[in-house]
Amino acid sequence: MKEFINNLKKFRFLFWELVKKDIKLKYRSSVLGVFWTLLEPLLTMIVLTLVFSELLGKGDDNFPVYILCGRLLYGFFSNGTKVALKSVRKHGTMIGKVYVPKYMYPLSAVVSNYIMFVISLIVLVGVMIFEKVKVTACIFQAFVPMLLILVMTMGVGLMLSTFNVFFRDLEYLWTVALMLIMYTCAIFYKVDKIKSASNLWIFKVNPLYSLIVMFRNAVFGRSIMASDGIVCDGYHFWYSLIFSIVVFLLGVLVFWRKQDKFILYV
Amino acid sequence: MEDNNKNPVNFPDKEVLKAPAPKKKKKKKKKLPPKVIVVENLGVRFRIQEQKVDSLKEYFVRLVKRKLNYKEFWALREVNLKIRKGDRVGILGLNGAGKSTLLKCIAGVLKPTEGTVTVKGNIVPLLELGAGFDKDYTGAENIYFYGSMLGYSKAFIKERFNEIVEFSELGSFINVPVKNYSSGMKARLGFSIATVVDPEILILDEVLSVGDAKFRKKSSKKLAKMMKKGVTVLFVSHSSEQVIANCNKAIILDHGHVIASGKAEKICAQYEEMIADKS
Repeated sequence: MKEFINNLKKFRFLFWELVKKDIKLKYRSSVLGVFWTLLEPLLTMIVLTLVFSELLGKGDDNFPVYILCGRLLYGFFSNGTKVALKSVRKHGTMIGKVYVPKYMYPLSAVVSNYIMFVISLIVLVGVMIFEKVKVTACIFQAFVPMLLILVMTMGVGLMLSTFNVFFRDLEYLWTVALMLIMYTCAIFYKVDKIKSASNLWIFKVNPLYSLIVMFRNAVFGRSIMASDGIVCDGYHFWYSLIFSIVVFLLGVLVFWRKQDKFILYV
Repeated sequence: MEDNNKNPVNFPDKEVLKAPAPKKKKKKKKKLPPKVIVVENLGVRFRIQEQKVDSLKEYFVRLVKRKLNYKEFWALREVNLKIRKGDRVGILGLNGAGKSTLLKCIAGVLKPTEGTVTVKGNIVPLLELGAGFDKDYTGAENIYFYGSMLGYSKAFIKERFNEIVEFSELGSFINVPVKNYSSGMKARLGFSIATVVDPEILILDEVLSVGDAKFRKKSSKKLAKMMKKGVTVLFVSHSSEQVIANCNKAIILDHGHVIASGKAEKICAQYEEMIADKS
């Protein structure tokens, strides 16, 4: 344990260098630079609003803001896990040469994406002002889902980066899985449009959906404990809290147990 | 591991005086320098799959067919080594003898299956220089990035930044992305970053042959200076000439076992004989 803390101190600088590198290189050769982070969700929001607002957008909540909330959270989860998945393999040559705490690679990938996610919240604020969404003190509760999604993405990222060392086709499998997760997150539709009660279990088991519901509640001035009409009050909070912590601990465990074998496979 | 990077030129003066030439050391034999690397009963076992399974699909197909066979193989077995401060040890051996496995264990990147490796002091590996660079980063950015990988602190790199650039002789190329560098330039930068720290243990894998003749001379000079300061060197080579030129001690590895160790000249002669016998 003492060794762990010493190592953390020694390689703290490396961690931030890795984060910085991810962000810097992502937009290095683009003209708009970091504005892409803002433009991309904005464009998706506009397209989805144009296509779906008549069909699926009826309700109390402002539809563009509704879409944007889901889209931003999902976007972070998707990018964060995708980059983390590849991170260990990407630094394979260095793993075989210099001793560096290996968890730095997936965790720095998640953190750099988290920073870009936080920057992209500017778009949400802009659209909320434009659409005149009423904000209450509940907006501060948005920190809860924002923190939980970071913990959850780290856990999933640690697990995926470990498995990807041993199984190279995981990358393609995860792309498919992410698509399924996206469609069950209710990003561009409202769950009360889903009539058939037998399919509603999907929204009870998807932890990312729980996080999005909480985030939307906070944005639209409700308590994060509020129900979405499917489950009881507080369900989404407790479910995503427990899920995030469990998945994080599991990720740490899997990574820690397997990290000594990475060098044999990368 | 201790954080020795902040003040790298911190060797006690006595040791610097004590270490320079091997001849002098003989006289002072009563007081041997401290052991910096102790390898005890080291064994590394690899599992080789006859056909490498690295996709989930294949894994399940084989799991169903019950064809997940592994062959076990010891890359190193019962290796014992004691290396003292200031020793320059040549590691000789044919391909597949376990040389790089041994170095990886000492560098701490490979965990041994059995036995222990104790290392005192910071290690700098000079293996495949420039392999850790990010190709889209400029030379200057890579100095910080690569330096942080080697465990340097930000303040330390900042302080030594000019020294690194100067030694690498890259000049204005330092602000060009590394993907546009020639392999010699990459190696020069890698060497300059790795050696700026005055490490206590240096791992060399036939890197003395990088860059053009001029830089080779300069780098050999720098290494010689470091050796004078009492740095411990592990040098991997196939060539006994290079070992004699650079080392005072040597070991021979064969099929994962240390079959001989001692004075460089003696061991190199034995190695030559060994090769002659085999061919």
